[in-house]
Amino acid sequence: MSTPYAKLPAWADYGLIPVINLFVAFVVAGFVVVLVGENPFRAAVILVQGAFGKGTGIAFTLFYATTFIFSGLSVAVAAHCGLFNIGGEGQGYIAGLGIGVVCLAFDSVLPWWLTFPLAIVAAAAMGALWALIPAYLQARRGSHIVITTIMFNFIAASVMVYALVGFLKPLGSMAPQTRTFLDGAQLPKLNWVIELFGAKIRSAPLNVCFLLALLMAFLVWLLIWRTRLGYEMRTYGHSAKAARYAGISETRIVIIAMMISGALAGMMALNPTMGDQHNVALDFVSGAGFVGIAVALMGRLHPVGIVLAAILFGMLYQGGAELAFEMPAISRDMIVIIQGLVILFAGALEHMFRPYIQALFASISPKTVGIEAVKGKGA
Amino acid sequence: MAQAAIELIGINKSFGAVRANRDINLEVARGTIHGIVGENGAGKSTLMSILYGFYQADSGEIRVGGQPASIKTPNDAIALGIGMVHQHFMLVDNFSVLENVILGAESDALLKRSIAKARSELERLEREYGLEVDPDAIIEELPVGLQQRVEILKALYRGAEILILDEPTGVLTPAEADHLFRILKQLKEQGKTVVLITHKLREIMAITDTVSVMRQGTMVATRVTKETTVGELAELMVGRRVLLRVEKGEAEAGAVKLAVKNLTVKDQRGVTMVDDISFDLRAGEIVGIAGVAGNGQSELLEAISGIRHAVSGSVMLDGKPIDLTGKADPGELRDRGLAHVPEDRHHVGLVLAFEENENSILGYHDDERYLKGPLLDIDAIRNDAKDKIAKYDIRPADCRLKTANFSGGNQQKIVLAREMEQDPGVLIVGQPTRGVDVGAIEFIHKRLIAMRDQGKAVLVVSVELDEIRSLSDRILVMFAGRIVGERGPEATEGELGLLMAGVEQREAAQ
Repeated sequence: MSTPYAKLPAWADYGLIPVINLFVAFVVAGFVVVLVGENPFRAAVILVQGAFGKGTGIAFTLFYATTFIFSGLSVAVAAHCGLFNIGGEGQGYIAGLGIGVVCLAFDSVLPWWLTFPLAIVAAAAMGALWALIPAYLQARRGSHIVITTIMFNFIAASVMVYALVGFLKPLGSMAPQTRTFLDGAQLPKLNWVIELFGAKIRSAPLNVCFLLALLMAFLVWLLIWRTRLGYEMRTYGHSAKAARYAGISETRIVIIAMMISGALAGMMALNPTMGDQHNVALDFVSGAGFVGIAVALMGRLHPVGIVLAAILFGMLYQGGAELAFEMPAISRDMIVIIQGLVILFAGALEHMFRPYIQALFASISPKTVGIEAVKGKGA
Repeated sequence: MAQAAIELIGINKSFGAVRANRDINLEVARGTIHGIVGENGAGKSTLMSILYGFYQADSGEIRVGGQPASIKTPNDAIALGIGMVHQHFMLVDNFSVLENVILGAESDALLKRSIAKARSELERLEREYGLEVDPDAIIEELPVGLQQRVEILKALYRGAEILILDEPTGVLTPAEADHLFRILKQLKEQGKTVVLITHKLREIMAITDTVSVMRQGTMVATRVTKETTVGELAELMVGRRVLLRVEKGEAEAGAVKLAVKNLTVKDQRGVTMVDDISFDLRAGEIVGIAGVAGNGQSELLEAISGIRHAVSGSVMLDGKPIDLTGKADPGELRDRGLAHVPEDRHHVGLVLAFEENENSILGYHDDERYLKGPLLDIDAIRNDAKDKIAKYDIRPADCRLKTANFSGGNQQKIVLAREMEQDPGVLIVGQPTRGVDVGAIEFIHKRLIAMRDQGKAVLVVSVELDEIRSLSDRILVMFAGRIVGERGPEATEGELGLLMAGVEQREAAQ
């Protein structure tokens, strides 16, 4: 049947609807807070203040957001090509291997601004390589990318344990992690930027990776909407038959899209390793690859939306930590519930309120909505 | 006048700002066949969907058998004795006829009793209406005409007194359509009421008692069929006079542009779809391939355009072979002057989620005109799209609008504009006017003939016999993967219909 909805103005489509979805998610989360016997309004205040109230909070929020921007972009690039890459977790994790090797090799000889580009290349290459195998299997053998990428997450986890315990860990150390990187592999902080605005920061890990993430968001926008490759990816993503008709090679486009996606997922490993912990440790990705799926969905697969959604999730991470600290009744798991509700309403139920809002718009002012022909067969 | 089986009073339905139905009044008399005609997007299907409970009207009243009725779901409609036969059949392919008939109407937790009951009921229905179908046949093994009969049986089994058929003849051979009409007449004689939605005016004239015409969401007229003409109905549908047959001069066929020799194509299951076909296509002529859908025309087109692997045979484009391994680069064929308007514009010829201008370069996106260094030249693409919109009168004239929001006819114009404006030597077109309204059909036909007159070679595949006959300089008829005959444009419909049904073939085999 036809889509019986009129078109919304862009500001409502990209602004109003996500805000409404978010609002509903918080209302439902509020009920959960009431259930455990706490005041939901105070909880909301703590959460928001924890994330944005102080300079340190803002820096932490943006630090978390940095990782999510990379993983969100990774999911979005694959999704535009019709591929559901849920292997960002593994691709990011295995990129830690490349970063570890580069940093351990060069941190004593090169300054950070030379180590960093090398590490970016190594991380992207490892991530791309880890995506290449599932991509090849999908393109040439028809093995479903969802299955293979998730399997590769497990393989990546095992490989990393092997590498960390086997050769990355310093001799004699009991901890499965590399030694601490020297200055040559420690990325500069960006806290001074926030301090410019007068906020005080005690200690926060926000670093230059944030700028790299913003640059990547712009490059992804350029790729998807302004290049031939992006055009081909979108064509294939919407209709494989149309792509075939247009002379686009399925194998080529699937493999390229997945490698770009994997490279972006790989880059997310730079932030927690070189930017924060200054080592490569066991399980340092800790779910950020999966959060990227929610970020990409909520950001409507658009880089601007992804940056905003990543900041929202950064806020939930940072504010949630404060909340768990301030309100003992609200445990860490409660925060996960709230995050889950946001994902549910903003991602999975994205279109729940759309018909009502469209009807509302149509009744208020038909002109802004614009005329959309009823399409479809028969009719 | 007989008592009304259905009355629709003041029906309104809007989708957002689009008013699909406005103030519709319709009265269908009991025991008659009532036709509803209109262009695509006129609101016919919406109206019937309201009657069948798929949609709710915004305002208005439905009366069934004189009683006000509230129809909120298809189940309500069925309870009121309304049955619907959809354009796309709603059958489970690997179930038997019986199982499909009782699906959703099982009387018991165990199937045995339901099946026994259905079997005797089916026998009765077959006797009364001449609806012969083997109750134990598996759906996917039945021809389309019989599958449709199963749909009708399903509705009757559920006690339908009023039967709605949505574009029932689109997939049928002329003979099958005739049989369907006989069944419908029999139903009418038994006192059933039939509502027939179609855009084929000849069917309306052949079978209905009364006919209503819809245009742009309104009911513009209701006529007694005997007292109207095809011309009047067409005019009412479009709102202006329509040329039902395109004017064209004699063809001046030139050199052979496309030579197909002994082409054989199999589908994924290994079934031979195109069987040893040979023909030539010359510059300055339109060759039409007629046939009932599913007789290998689609596979033939795909093989020629390099999308589908051919088992054997050759296709020469301007004397040079086309790679038939299925690995041909359609982009290279475009460079060689072969343009292809695919049958399935929704999934192949267009990306519906794209903006109009993005679709206007599909397949030609490698062209230097549209590129600026490593990036796409957005301005060049949009200006190019605007030119095509103006030249082909594509409406609305907005190159940023999502393609899905254009009507079927305008979508087809987007594809045609893209392919024709490349000035190809050979144009192959699948179903040029499927799902396209009358006004646009005229435009598209004129364009195709203009291409021919410029000395291009045009190959048209269509399941619409009228279209084939009015466009083609030569007609090839396909049946079961073979070309079973070649005729001139003067061939009668009956003659072509017999060929399409494979009658001559069968006789020859005996």
